[in-house]
Amino acid sequence: MLMTTPPTISDREVVLEVRHLYKSFGDNHVLKDFNLELYRGENLVVLGKSGSGKSVLIKCIIGLMHPEQGEIQVLAKNVIGLNKEQLDQMRTRVGFLFQSNALYDSMTVRENLEFPLRRHGRDKSHSEVNDLVMEALVNVGLPHTVDMMPSELSGGMRKRIALARTMILKPEIMLYDEPTTGLDPITSREINDLILKVQEIYKTSSIIISHDMGCVKYTANRVALLVDGRCFASGSYADLQKHPDSAVKGFFQ
Amino acid sequence: MKLPLGTQRTLAEIGDISRFTWRFFQECGRPKFEVQEFFRQCFMIGNRSLGLVAITGFILGLVMTIQSRPTMAQFGAEDWIPSMVAISIIREIGPVVIALICAGKIGSGIGAELGSMKVTEQIDAMEVSGTNPFKYLVVTRVWATTLMVPILVIFADFISLYGSYLAVNMRDVTSLALFTQQVVEILEFSDVLPAFFKTFFFGFAIGVIGCYKGYTSSKGTEGVGLAANSAVVVASLMVFIIDLLAVQITDLLGLT
Repeated sequence: MLMTTPPTISDREVVLEVRHLYKSFGDNHVLKDFNLELYRGENLVVLGKSGSGKSVLIKCIIGLMHPEQGEIQVLAKNVIGLNKEQLDQMRTRVGFLFQSNALYDSMTVRENLEFPLRRHGRDKSHSEVNDLVMEALVNVGLPHTVDMMPSELSGGMRKRIALARTMILKPEIMLYDEPTTGLDPITSREINDLILKVQEIYKTSSIIISHDMGCVKYTANRVALLVDGRCFASGSYADLQKHPDSAVKGFFQ
Repeated sequence: MKLPLGTQRTLAEIGDISRFTWRFFQECGRPKFEVQEFFRQCFMIGNRSLGLVAITGFILGLVMTIQSRPTMAQFGAEDWIPSMVAISIIREIGPVVIALICAGKIGSGIGAELGSMKVTEQIDAMEVSGTNPFKYLVVTRVWATTLMVPILVIFADFISLYGSYLAVNMRDVTSLALFTQQVVEILEFSDVLPAFFKTFFFGFAIGVIGCYKGYTSSKGTEGVGLAANSAVVVASLMVFIIDLLAVQITDLLGLT
């Protein structure tokens, strides 16, 4: 089993910072003055009830949704002020694993993995692209699926391929949207292992959206609890377990 | 005075489709055209519709000839069957029927494909990968349908005329050369060109409506079915509206 050591206070460099973020859908105020920091090399799990705005948060971070107010600093750049080209450039450094995997159904696994490379690594030769695809597939333990279609893969395999596609550009920050939802406990454990492996190999800093307590306990260096649109509490898994507030206790019982 | 809800919705949708079409033209003007994806779509749209279009065209020519024979015989004008069928098919029936078939086959296919990509977050994934999904998915498909529908119509017209030739030979005996001569002699540029020109608009409408319905679909998997269904309905309606406008314009220009 792979384990990583949480960074110490002294070497904490903030790679992502969310300040006073507001996002609503009509009268539904999902995020209200939300604040968060992600430190280099850590896995931060954002925990919250379904519909509490966890996925909205990371979609705002990657620029898929636009908040009404607030600031999102990603690798020292304010996402909200970026134009299309700058946003695309920023996205090469930030990976996003979708809850539904979002593999392109009409493409083979190889074509799925080549897609971001062809977009951002136009200077790469055919053999270099092939090597990177195979390396990514080996890292997720599925090199034999290279010429298969996504429809031929199981849920767990699709999740791993989606992770391989996200990691192929070697991003510095990873955003995982409920990576273990809908998977059986064994496959969930495999995905949790992969998240830790990615952290170790690529030295990524990650925000993991989850309400799967197994995933939280296993992958988190730090946990932030999203309640009523705000970051209600944050700390290590052990710290939050001992938290006196009933809103926090409810998750850990 | 407040308009009825149904009218408000229809007007809102017309506005949305107009904005979507305007965005298509804007994106066309920006660099990095997705050439590879455009040719792939041309192949998919053209190749996959070829069989259906061929069968439809063949039956169309065959049935038109068989159905018109008794009436033509009453006037002793059986010799005019090839000319009559050729004008009917080339000017009107061929383009409209094939465009309707394409609205069903291609429009629904595009609507369902993009709708499915939307609800499974594939379009978001494309955007996150640094790709402009509108340019990659919509612009290429609209151009592909605009160029492939006219080609499919020309192909179907030829097959249809061949079907008519076979139908003529069921009762009488005529050579292919004589049949072709009669067809070519009766047809004028004013028959062929406006009919050919309007097929580009049919293709464009089918592409835009299919893409719009798919790209803006919501409500999960239910939305995918709705997108495919309404793409066919709206695209078919657009084919008739464009045809009506084309006939009026042709008439105004004195090309009838």
